[in-house]
Amino acid sequence: MNQSLYERIGGDAAIDAAVEIFYRRVLADDRINRFFEGVDMERQAAKQKAFLKFAFGGPNNYTGKDMREGHAHLVKQGLNDSHFDAVMENLAATLKELNVPDELIQEAAAIAESTRNDVLGR
Amino acid sequence: MAKLFFENRVLTVTDEETVLDGLLRHGVAVPSGCRSGVCQSCVMKAVDRTPPEAAQTGLRDNLKERGFFLACQWRPDGDVAIALPEQEVLRRFTLPVTGRDDLSPAVVRLRLAVDPAFHYRAGQFINVYRDDGLVRSYSLSSTPVLDSELELHVQKVEGGRVSRWLREEVVVGDHLTVSEPLGDLCYRSGVRERNLLLIGTGTGLGPLYGIAREALESGHHGAIHLYHGSGFPEGLYLRDVLQHLAGDFPNFHYWPSVSRVDSGIPGVRRGRAAALAMAEHPDLRGWLVYLCGHPEMVAATRRTAFLAGARLGDIRADPFIVNAAPEATPA
Repeated sequence: MNQSLYERIGGDAAIDAAVEIFYRRVLADDRINRFFEGVDMERQAAKQKAFLKFAFGGPNNYTGKDMREGHAHLVKQGLNDSHFDAVMENLAATLKELNVPDELIQEAAAIAESTRNDVLGR
Repeated sequence: MAKLFFENRVLTVTDEETVLDGLLRHGVAVPSGCRSGVCQSCVMKAVDRTPPEAAQTGLRDNLKERGFFLACQWRPDGDVAIALPEQEVLRRFTLPVTGRDDLSPAVVRLRLAVDPAFHYRAGQFINVYRDDGLVRSYSLSSTPVLDSELELHVQKVEGGRVSRWLREEVVVGDHLTVSEPLGDLCYRSGVRERNLLLIGTGTGLGPLYGIAREALESGHHGAIHLYHGSGFPEGLYLRDVLQHLAGDFPNFHYWPSVSRVDSGIPGVRRGRAAALAMAEHPDLRGWLVYLCGHPEMVAATRRTAFLAGARLGDIRADPFIVNAAPEATPA
Protein backbone atom coordinates (compact mmCIF):
# COMPACT_ATOMS: atom_id res chain seq x y z
CA MET A 1 0.00 0.00 0.00
CA ASN A 2 1.28 3.42 -0.91
CA GLN A 3 2.39 5.35 2.11
CA SER A 4 1.33 8.98 2.19
CA LEU A 5 4.01 11.65 2.08
CA TYR A 6 3.12 12.42 5.68
CA GLU A 7 3.90 8.86 6.71
CA ARG A 8 7.04 8.66 4.57
CA ILE A 9 8.39 11.88 6.07
CA GLY A 10 7.87 10.43 9.55
CA GLY A 11 4.38 11.39 10.67
CA ASP A 12 3.67 13.37 13.83
CA ALA A 13 7.16 12.92 15.28
CA ALA A 14 8.66 14.51 12.19
CA ILE A 15 6.15 17.35 12.40
CA ASP A 16 7.06 18.10 16.01
CA ALA A 17 10.75 18.24 15.16
CA ALA A 18 10.06 20.33 12.09
CA VAL A 19 7.87 22.91 13.84
CA GLU A 20 10.57 24.00 16.25
CA ILE A 21 13.10 24.41 13.47
CA PHE A 22 10.70 26.02 11.00
CA TYR A 23 9.30 28.49 13.54
CA ARG A 24 12.79 29.51 14.66
CA ARG A 25 13.80 30.11 11.06
CA VAL A 26 10.72 32.18 10.35
CA LEU A 27 11.18 34.35 13.46
CA ALA A 28 14.81 34.95 12.55
CA ASP A 29 13.96 35.85 8.93
CA ASP A 30 13.69 39.63 8.67
CA ARG A 31 11.78 39.39 5.40
CA ILE A 32 8.76 37.85 7.09
CA ASN A 33 9.06 37.89 10.89
CA ARG A 34 6.91 41.02 11.17
CA PHE A 35 3.91 38.95 10.14
CA PHE A 36 4.43 36.82 13.22
CA GLU A 37 4.77 39.69 15.68
CA GLY A 38 2.53 39.86 18.72
CA VAL A 39 0.99 36.47 18.23
CA ASP A 40 0.92 34.12 21.18
CA MET A 41 3.85 31.81 20.51
CA GLU A 42 2.17 28.59 21.48
CA ARG A 43 -0.85 29.38 19.37
CA GLN A 44 1.43 30.29 16.49
CA ALA A 45 3.35 27.03 16.88
CA ALA A 46 0.06 25.14 16.72
CA LYS A 47 -0.74 26.88 13.42
CA GLN A 48 2.72 26.04 12.07
CA LYS A 49 2.11 22.44 13.05
CA ALA A 50 -1.17 22.40 11.17
CA PHE A 51 0.51 23.98 8.15
CA LEU A 52 3.34 21.47 8.13
CA LYS A 53 0.92 18.60 8.49
CA PHE A 54 -0.94 19.94 5.51
CA ALA A 55 2.28 20.42 3.50
CA PHE A 56 3.20 16.82 4.16
CA GLY A 57 -0.14 15.67 2.78
CA GLY A 58 -1.29 14.70 6.25
CA PRO A 59 -4.90 14.66 7.42
CA ASN A 60 -6.07 18.23 7.89
CA ASN A 61 -9.12 20.46 7.86
CA TYR A 62 -7.85 23.30 5.71
CA THR A 63 -9.99 24.63 2.93
CA GLY A 64 -9.05 27.25 0.37
CA LYS A 65 -11.50 29.52 2.16
CA ASP A 66 -9.68 29.00 5.49
CA MET A 67 -6.38 29.97 3.89
CA ARG A 68 -7.95 33.02 2.33
CA GLU A 69 -9.68 34.22 5.49
CA GLY A 70 -6.77 33.30 7.74
CA HIS A 71 -4.34 35.45 5.81
CA ALA A 72 -6.61 38.30 4.72
CA HIS A 73 -5.43 40.64 7.49
CA LEU A 74 -1.81 39.95 6.51
CA VAL A 75 -2.53 40.68 2.86
CA LYS A 76 -3.82 44.05 4.07
CA GLN A 77 -0.46 44.55 5.79
CA GLY A 78 1.32 43.94 2.50
CA LEU A 79 1.76 40.16 2.31
CA ASN A 80 2.88 39.31 -1.23
CA ASP A 81 4.65 36.74 -3.41
CA SER A 82 8.08 37.57 -2.00
CA HIS A 83 6.90 36.66 1.49
CA PHE A 84 5.28 33.47 0.30
CA ASP A 85 8.58 32.61 -1.42
CA ALA A 86 10.46 33.30 1.79
CA VAL A 87 8.22 30.93 3.74
CA MET A 88 8.70 28.26 1.06
CA GLU A 89 12.46 28.74 1.34
CA ASN A 90 12.32 28.25 5.11
CA LEU A 91 10.18 25.16 4.69
CA ALA A 92 12.69 23.60 2.32
CA ALA A 93 15.62 24.54 4.54
CA THR A 94 13.87 22.99 7.54
CA LEU A 95 13.28 19.71 5.77
CA LYS A 96 16.85 19.69 4.50
CA GLU A 97 18.10 20.20 8.06
CA LEU A 98 16.05 17.16 9.06
CA ASN A 99 17.68 15.13 6.28
CA VAL A 100 14.43 14.60 4.44
CA PRO A 101 15.24 13.25 0.93
CA ASP A 102 15.03 15.78 -1.92
CA GLU A 103 12.12 14.03 -3.68
CA LEU A 104 9.99 14.30 -0.54
CA ILE A 105 10.97 17.95 -0.11
CA GLN A 106 9.77 18.58 -3.69
CA GLU A 107 6.47 16.86 -2.96
CA ALA A 108 5.89 18.92 0.21
CA ALA A 109 6.87 22.11 -1.61
CA ALA A 110 4.39 21.38 -4.38
CA ILE A 111 1.57 20.95 -1.88
CA ALA A 112 2.48 24.19 -0.10
CA GLU A 113 2.82 26.00 -3.43
CA SER A 114 -0.73 25.04 -4.34
CA THR A 115 -2.02 27.42 -1.65
CA ARG A 116 -0.29 30.53 -3.02
CA ASN A 117 -3.34 32.15 -4.58
CA ASP A 118 -5.59 31.41 -1.62
CA VAL A 119 -3.06 32.71 0.89
CA LEU A 120 -2.47 35.90 -1.12
CA GLY A 121 -6.18 36.44 -1.69
CA ARG A 122 -6.04 36.21 -5.50
CA MET B 1 -22.12 42.13 16.17
CA ALA B 2 -23.28 39.04 17.97
CA LYS B 3 -26.01 38.20 20.44
CA LEU B 4 -25.40 36.59 23.80
CA PHE B 5 -28.30 34.59 25.19
CA PHE B 6 -27.71 34.69 28.95
CA GLU B 7 -30.29 33.68 31.55
CA ASN B 8 -33.44 35.17 30.07
CA ARG B 9 -31.76 38.12 28.38
CA VAL B 10 -30.52 38.82 24.88
CA LEU B 11 -27.43 41.05 24.94
CA THR B 12 -25.60 42.40 21.91
CA VAL B 13 -21.83 42.51 21.82
CA THR B 14 -19.81 44.53 19.33
CA ASP B 15 -17.08 43.03 17.14
CA GLU B 16 -14.35 44.32 19.45
CA GLU B 17 -15.90 43.09 22.68
CA THR B 18 -15.18 39.83 24.39
CA VAL B 19 -18.04 37.98 26.09
CA LEU B 20 -16.78 39.43 29.38
CA ASP B 21 -16.63 43.00 28.04
CA GLY B 22 -20.17 42.69 26.74
CA LEU B 23 -21.60 41.23 29.92
CA LEU B 24 -19.93 43.86 32.11
CA ARG B 25 -21.10 46.65 29.83
CA HIS B 26 -24.66 45.39 30.20
CA GLY B 27 -24.27 45.43 33.97
CA VAL B 28 -24.10 41.68 34.46
CA ALA B 29 -21.96 41.01 37.51
CA VAL B 30 -19.85 38.19 36.15
CA PRO B 31 -16.77 37.37 38.21
CA SER B 32 -13.49 38.39 36.64
CA GLY B 33 -9.90 38.85 37.68
CA CYS B 34 -6.92 39.28 35.41
CA ARG B 35 -8.98 39.60 32.20
CA SER B 36 -6.01 38.06 30.42
CA GLY B 37 -6.91 34.39 30.23
CA VAL B 38 -4.88 33.27 33.24
CA CYS B 39 -6.83 33.29 36.51
CA GLN B 40 -9.97 31.49 35.25
CA SER B 41 -12.27 33.71 37.34
CA CYS B 42 -14.49 34.50 34.34
CA VAL B 43 -15.09 30.88 33.37
CA MET B 44 -18.51 30.29 31.79
CA LYS B 45 -20.21 27.61 29.78
CA ALA B 46 -21.26 27.72 26.13
CA VAL B 47 -24.59 25.94 25.96
CA ASP B 48 -25.14 25.46 22.24
CA ARG B 49 -21.74 25.75 20.58
CA THR B 50 -18.18 24.65 21.09
CA PRO B 51 -16.08 27.62 22.10
CA PRO B 52 -12.84 28.22 20.18
CA GLU B 53 -9.77 26.54 21.63
CA ALA B 54 -8.14 29.90 22.21
CA ALA B 55 -10.88 30.69 24.73
CA GLN B 56 -10.26 27.44 26.64
CA THR B 57 -6.54 27.69 27.38
CA GLY B 58 -5.65 26.32 30.78
CA LEU B 59 -8.96 24.61 31.48
CA ARG B 60 -8.97 20.94 32.36
CA ASP B 61 -9.85 18.62 29.47
CA ASN B 62 -13.19 17.52 30.89
CA LEU B 63 -14.22 21.15 31.24
CA LYS B 64 -13.16 21.89 27.66
CA GLU B 65 -15.25 18.99 26.43
CA ARG B 66 -18.26 20.31 28.31
CA GLY B 67 -18.01 23.68 26.62
CA PHE B 68 -16.46 25.74 29.40
CA PHE B 69 -14.53 28.80 28.28
CA LEU B 70 -12.89 31.98 29.58
CA ALA B 71 -15.21 34.92 28.94
CA CYS B 72 -12.32 37.37 28.60
CA GLN B 73 -10.84 35.36 25.73
CA TRP B 74 -13.77 34.97 23.35
CA ARG B 75 -14.89 37.53 20.77
CA PRO B 76 -17.84 35.63 19.36
CA ASP B 77 -18.37 35.73 15.61
CA GLY B 78 -21.99 34.61 15.91
CA ASP B 79 -24.83 34.31 18.39
CA VAL B 80 -24.16 32.12 21.39
CA ALA B 81 -26.07 30.89 24.43
CA ILE B 82 -24.01 31.03 27.61
CA ALA B 83 -24.43 30.26 31.28
CA LEU B 84 -22.52 30.58 34.51
CA PRO B 85 -21.10 27.31 35.80
CA GLU B 86 -23.45 25.52 38.24
CA GLN B 87 -20.68 25.21 40.76
CA GLU B 88 -17.24 26.60 41.26
CA VAL B 89 -14.97 25.31 38.59
CA LEU B 90 -11.96 25.77 40.79
CA ARG B 91 -11.89 24.20 44.21
CA ARG B 92 -11.64 26.72 47.04
CA PHE B 93 -9.89 26.57 50.38
CA THR B 94 -10.18 28.81 53.43
CA LEU B 95 -6.76 29.07 55.01
CA PRO B 96 -5.60 30.89 58.16
CA VAL B 97 -2.88 33.53 57.88
CA THR B 98 -0.06 32.35 60.13
CA GLY B 99 2.62 34.89 59.45
CA ARG B 100 3.22 38.32 58.03
CA ASP B 101 6.55 40.11 57.60
CA ASP B 102 8.18 42.72 55.42
CA LEU B 103 10.79 41.35 53.06
CA SER B 104 11.48 44.86 51.78
CA PRO B 105 9.73 48.26 51.79
CA ALA B 106 7.69 47.08 48.81
CA VAL B 107 7.20 43.37 49.47
CA VAL B 108 5.14 41.78 52.24
CA ARG B 109 5.39 38.04 52.86
CA LEU B 110 2.23 36.29 53.99
CA ARG B 111 2.26 32.74 55.29
CA LEU B 112 -0.82 30.54 55.19
CA ALA B 113 -1.40 27.20 56.86
CA VAL B 114 -1.60 24.32 54.41
CA ASP B 115 -4.72 22.19 54.05
CA PRO B 116 -3.97 18.45 53.62
CA ALA B 117 -6.10 18.44 50.49
CA PHE B 118 -4.12 21.30 48.93
CA HIS B 119 -1.52 19.71 46.66
CA TYR B 120 0.80 22.11 44.92
CA ARG B 121 4.19 22.41 43.33
CA ALA B 122 6.62 25.28 43.68
CA GLY B 123 5.96 27.95 41.08
CA GLN B 124 2.20 27.53 40.85
CA PHE B 125 -0.22 30.32 41.73
CA ILE B 126 -3.53 30.68 43.52
CA ASN B 127 -6.44 33.05 43.20
CA VAL B 128 -7.21 35.04 46.34
CA TYR B 129 -10.92 35.89 46.64
CA ARG B 130 -12.04 38.88 48.62
CA ASP B 131 -15.55 38.84 50.11
CA ASP B 132 -16.75 41.61 47.80
CA GLY B 133 -15.91 39.54 44.73
CA LEU B 134 -12.50 40.96 43.83
CA VAL B 135 -10.10 38.26 42.71
CA ARG B 136 -6.38 38.46 42.15
CA SER B 137 -3.74 35.83 41.47
CA TYR B 138 -0.63 35.38 43.57
CA SER B 139 2.26 33.03 43.01
CA LEU B 140 3.36 30.62 45.69
CA SER B 141 6.99 31.05 46.68
CA SER B 142 7.03 28.11 49.07
CA THR B 143 7.77 24.53 48.15
CA PRO B 144 6.01 21.53 49.69
CA VAL B 145 9.31 19.64 49.91
CA LEU B 146 10.77 22.16 52.35
CA ASP B 147 8.05 24.42 53.73
CA SER B 148 5.26 23.49 56.10
CA GLU B 149 3.28 26.58 55.14
CA LEU B 150 2.32 28.44 51.97
CA GLU B 151 4.15 31.64 51.22
CA LEU B 152 3.00 34.58 49.09
CA HIS B 153 4.96 37.69 48.20
CA VAL B 154 2.68 40.70 47.88
CA GLN B 155 4.08 43.66 46.01
CA LYS B 156 2.92 47.19 46.74
CA VAL B 157 0.87 48.21 43.69
CA GLU B 158 -0.24 51.84 43.28
CA GLY B 159 -4.02 51.80 43.28
CA GLY B 160 -4.09 48.03 43.76
CA ARG B 161 -7.14 47.27 45.89
CA VAL B 162 -6.32 43.66 46.72
CA SER B 163 -2.62 44.28 47.27
CA ARG B 164 -3.47 47.14 49.64
CA TRP B 165 -5.94 44.95 51.51
CA LEU B 166 -3.44 42.09 51.84
CA ARG B 167 -0.56 44.34 52.84
CA GLU B 168 -2.35 46.74 55.20
CA GLU B 169 -5.47 45.07 56.55
CA VAL B 170 -4.99 41.32 56.70
CA VAL B 171 -3.43 40.16 59.98
CA VAL B 172 -2.29 36.88 61.49
CA GLY B 173 -5.36 34.90 62.46
CA ASP B 174 -7.48 36.13 59.55
CA HIS B 175 -8.63 33.60 56.98
CA LEU B 176 -8.18 33.93 53.23
CA THR B 177 -10.30 32.16 50.64
CA VAL B 178 -8.06 30.89 47.87
CA SER B 179 -8.35 28.61 44.87
CA GLU B 180 -6.66 25.31 44.20
CA PRO B 181 -3.16 25.75 42.76
CA LEU B 182 -2.94 26.68 39.08
CA GLY B 183 -0.32 27.05 36.40
CA ASP B 184 2.44 25.00 34.85
CA LEU B 185 5.45 27.05 35.93
CA CYS B 186 6.81 24.10 37.92
CA TYR B 187 9.88 22.03 38.40
CA ARG B 188 9.30 18.67 36.69
CA SER B 189 10.55 15.21 37.45
CA GLY B 190 13.20 13.71 35.21
CA VAL B 191 15.12 16.93 34.61
CA ARG B 192 17.87 16.67 37.23
CA GLU B 193 20.69 16.90 34.73
CA ARG B 194 19.22 19.76 32.73
CA ASN B 195 20.33 23.35 33.15
CA LEU B 196 17.72 25.78 34.46
CA LEU B 197 17.59 29.46 33.61
CA LEU B 198 15.30 31.39 35.93
CA ILE B 199 14.60 35.05 35.16
CA GLY B 200 12.37 37.20 37.36
CA THR B 201 11.52 40.85 37.82
CA GLY B 202 10.08 42.28 41.03
CA THR B 203 8.04 39.71 42.93
CA GLY B 204 8.51 37.38 39.99
CA LEU B 205 11.36 36.22 42.18
CA GLY B 206 8.87 34.47 44.48
CA PRO B 207 7.92 31.42 42.41
CA LEU B 208 11.46 31.12 41.01
CA TYR B 209 12.80 31.06 44.57
CA GLY B 210 10.42 28.19 45.31
CA ILE B 211 11.39 26.32 42.15
CA ALA B 212 15.12 26.73 42.77
CA ARG B 213 14.84 25.40 46.34
CA GLU B 214 12.59 22.56 45.25
CA ALA B 215 15.05 21.59 42.52
CA LEU B 216 18.07 21.69 44.82
CA GLU B 217 16.28 19.76 47.55
CA SER B 218 15.33 17.13 44.96
CA GLY B 219 19.00 16.62 44.11
CA HIS B 220 19.19 18.70 40.96
CA HIS B 221 22.66 18.31 39.38
CA GLY B 222 22.43 20.63 36.42
CA ALA B 223 23.29 24.30 36.70
CA ILE B 224 20.63 26.65 38.05
CA HIS B 225 21.10 30.30 37.15
CA LEU B 226 18.69 32.72 38.81
CA TYR B 227 18.59 36.26 37.47
CA HIS B 228 16.58 38.74 39.52
CA GLY B 229 16.10 42.28 38.30
CA SER B 230 14.46 45.42 39.53
CA GLY B 231 14.54 49.08 38.59
CA PHE B 232 16.13 50.09 41.87
CA PRO B 233 18.09 48.33 44.64
CA GLU B 234 15.06 48.47 46.99
CA GLY B 235 13.25 46.10 44.66
CA LEU B 236 15.80 43.34 45.22
CA TYR B 237 14.81 41.23 48.20
CA LEU B 238 15.89 37.91 49.74
CA ARG B 239 19.41 38.81 48.66
CA ASP B 240 21.10 37.38 51.74
CA VAL B 241 19.08 34.18 51.57
CA LEU B 242 19.95 33.68 47.92
CA GLN B 243 23.60 34.42 48.47
CA HIS B 244 23.65 31.78 51.19
CA LEU B 245 21.94 29.33 48.88
CA ALA B 246 24.65 29.97 46.29
CA GLY B 247 27.24 29.36 48.98
CA ASP B 248 25.64 26.05 49.96
CA PHE B 249 25.06 24.68 46.46
CA PRO B 250 27.90 25.00 43.92
CA ASN B 251 25.51 24.50 41.00
CA PHE B 252 23.24 27.38 42.05
CA HIS B 253 24.16 30.86 40.76
CA TYR B 254 22.44 34.06 41.81
CA TRP B 255 22.67 37.15 39.59
CA PRO B 256 20.91 40.21 41.03
CA SER B 257 20.77 43.35 38.89
CA VAL B 258 19.31 46.80 38.91
CA SER B 259 18.34 48.54 35.69
CA ARG B 260 17.76 52.22 36.40
CA VAL B 261 20.68 53.24 38.60
CA ASP B 262 24.05 51.92 39.68
CA SER B 263 23.31 49.85 42.75
CA GLY B 264 26.36 50.79 44.75
CA ILE B 265 26.21 47.25 46.14
CA PRO B 266 29.00 44.77 45.47
CA GLY B 267 27.70 41.84 43.47
CA VAL B 268 24.64 43.70 42.16
CA ARG B 269 25.18 44.60 38.53
CA ARG B 270 23.66 47.28 36.36
CA GLY B 271 21.35 46.02 33.65
CA ARG B 272 18.08 44.29 32.90
CA ALA B 273 17.87 40.75 34.21
CA ALA B 274 16.70 39.24 30.93
CA ALA B 275 19.27 41.08 28.83
CA LEU B 276 22.10 39.94 31.10
CA ALA B 277 20.79 36.39 31.10
CA MET B 278 20.52 36.20 27.30
CA ALA B 279 23.94 37.75 26.78
CA GLU B 280 25.55 35.27 29.16
CA HIS B 281 23.65 32.25 27.82
CA PRO B 282 23.48 32.60 24.04
CA ASP B 283 22.97 28.87 23.47
CA LEU B 284 19.96 27.53 25.34
CA ARG B 285 19.61 24.20 23.56
CA GLY B 286 18.51 21.65 26.13
CA TRP B 287 17.86 24.26 28.84
CA LEU B 288 14.66 24.74 30.79
CA VAL B 289 13.72 28.40 31.01
CA TYR B 290 11.39 29.92 33.60
CA LEU B 291 10.23 33.52 33.21
CA CYS B 292 8.28 35.42 35.81
CA GLY B 293 7.24 39.03 36.23
CA HIS B 294 6.73 41.91 33.86
CA PRO B 295 4.58 40.79 30.92
CA GLU B 296 6.75 42.55 28.35
CA MET B 297 9.89 40.92 29.72
CA VAL B 298 8.16 37.56 29.67
CA ALA B 299 6.92 37.85 26.08
CA ALA B 300 10.16 39.23 24.68
CA THR B 301 12.37 36.78 26.57
CA ARG B 302 10.27 33.80 25.58
CA ARG B 303 10.99 34.68 21.99
CA THR B 304 14.69 35.35 22.57
CA ALA B 305 15.09 32.13 24.52
CA PHE B 306 13.36 30.19 21.75
CA LEU B 307 15.63 31.74 19.12
CA ALA B 308 18.57 30.83 21.34
CA GLY B 309 17.59 27.19 20.96
CA ALA B 310 15.30 26.40 23.90
CA ARG B 311 12.30 24.29 22.90
CA LEU B 312 8.99 26.11 23.11
CA GLY B 313 7.65 23.55 25.58
CA ASP B 314 10.71 24.03 27.79
CA ILE B 315 10.00 27.73 28.27
CA ARG B 316 7.51 28.23 31.07
CA ALA B 317 6.26 31.67 31.93
CA ASP B 318 4.06 33.48 34.39
CA PRO B 319 3.43 37.08 33.38
CA PHE B 320 2.37 39.23 36.34
CA ILE B 321 -0.49 41.16 34.86
CA VAL B 322 -1.45 44.31 36.74
CA ASN B 323 -4.95 45.05 35.62
CA ALA B 324 -7.27 47.55 37.25
CA ALA B 325 -10.52 45.87 36.25
CA PRO B 326 -13.57 48.15 36.07
CA GLU B 327 -16.53 47.27 38.27
CA ALA B 328 -19.72 46.18 36.47
CA THR B 329 -21.91 49.21 35.77
CA PRO B 330 -25.38 48.55 37.22
CA ALA B 331 -28.02 48.09 34.53
